[in-house]
Amino acid sequence: MNIDLQTYLIYLLVMAGVTLFLRAVPFILLRKKLKSVFWSSFLAYVPYTVLSAMTVPAIFFATDSRITGACALLAAVVTSLFGGGLVTVAAVSCLAVLGVDGLLLVL
Amino acid sequence: MHKKLAGSHIFTIFGPMNFSEGVKDGLPIGLGYFAVSFSFGIAGSNFLSWPLVTLISMTNLTSAGQFAGLQIMTDAAGTFIEMALATFFINLRYSLMAISLSQKVSPSFGTGKRLLLATGITDEIFAVAMSKKCVNPIYFLGLMTLPYIGWSSGTAVGAICGEILPAMVTNALGVALYGMFVAIVVPQMKVHKPTVFAVAIAVALSCAFKFIPALSCVSVGFAIIICALVASLVAAALFPMKDLNVDDEGAGK
Repeated sequence: MNIDLQTYLIYLLVMAGVTLFLRAVPFILLRKKLKSVFWSSFLAYVPYTVLSAMTVPAIFFATDSRITGACALLAAVVTSLFGGGLVTVAAVSCLAVLGVDGLLLVL
Repeated sequence: MHKKLAGSHIFTIFGPMNFSEGVKDGLPIGLGYFAVSFSFGIAGSNFLSWPLVTLISMTNLTSAGQFAGLQIMTDAAGTFIEMALATFFINLRYSLMAISLSQKVSPSFGTGKRLLLATGITDEIFAVAMSKKCVNPIYFLGLMTLPYIGWSSGTAVGAICGEILPAMVTNALGVALYGMFVAIVVPQMKVHKPTVFAVAIAVALSCAFKFIPALSCVSVGFAIIICALVASLVAAALFPMKDLNVDDEGAGK
């Protein structure tokens, strides 16, 4: 273990405290429905833009090589286009990395 | 006490919105979380004992935020301030989601319930909740139950057997989280073309932050926020969603 228990606990408290604050405060304070079509649309787009910005280009650097990362993304998009659910798509992208890694070993 | 029923103020709910329905909707997320947090457990087991790694997952329930937090925690140069700032910027998107979700919840969602259930606002749980017409507290509790259990237990199992698995397997598990993200975004792109546009902007900006040297000094968490804000603002301005349930009345307009 690299850090002592007390330091760990302070880190944990900071991390968990900030995270809960970010989630709870806007959730508790906003009581009224937004009337504006613009802001409602903006908020409806948020989950998709956040997730796609988090995925690309990060997925290319999630594995040891760019090639396997790119294959994982391709596999995930194709599986998803064919109607695969969360677990299926996640599993297929992991298998794609394993498969390409295996192939590169053989070649 | 009887509530005054105002004219068209009727809360139309399609399908049952009870605990078991939430659990059912949460099952695929829980399974996915198990796989993803398994890789977090493996990463954490290099620095911390398995109960301590698991405690991070149980108190945070975040993906990218926890991975970054773990790095700062185990970095000799990491400070508490840096931990606070990194957590803040990486997880600031949850505030945007909390605002979005606040537009969907039923009036029975009081302050206490919002405080207790706010932990359930994760990327995936939020996305599923947003696909519903209206979200009540008991459904949301059901929805977050299996993901919470999956995330916590996956971390524990990953941390315990972190040293057993070969590197090739742990390497492959690194993309599980992104696979789940893709599985949420792509179906929406299929049915709603402007989302393709919004996603394209977000991805282009995100790549710019990564690959343009002048921009690469921006922290990852902050870059994600800028990408999401700009892409969502532009998409909302050019392609507003007219069919959104902007107020309670719906058909009354």
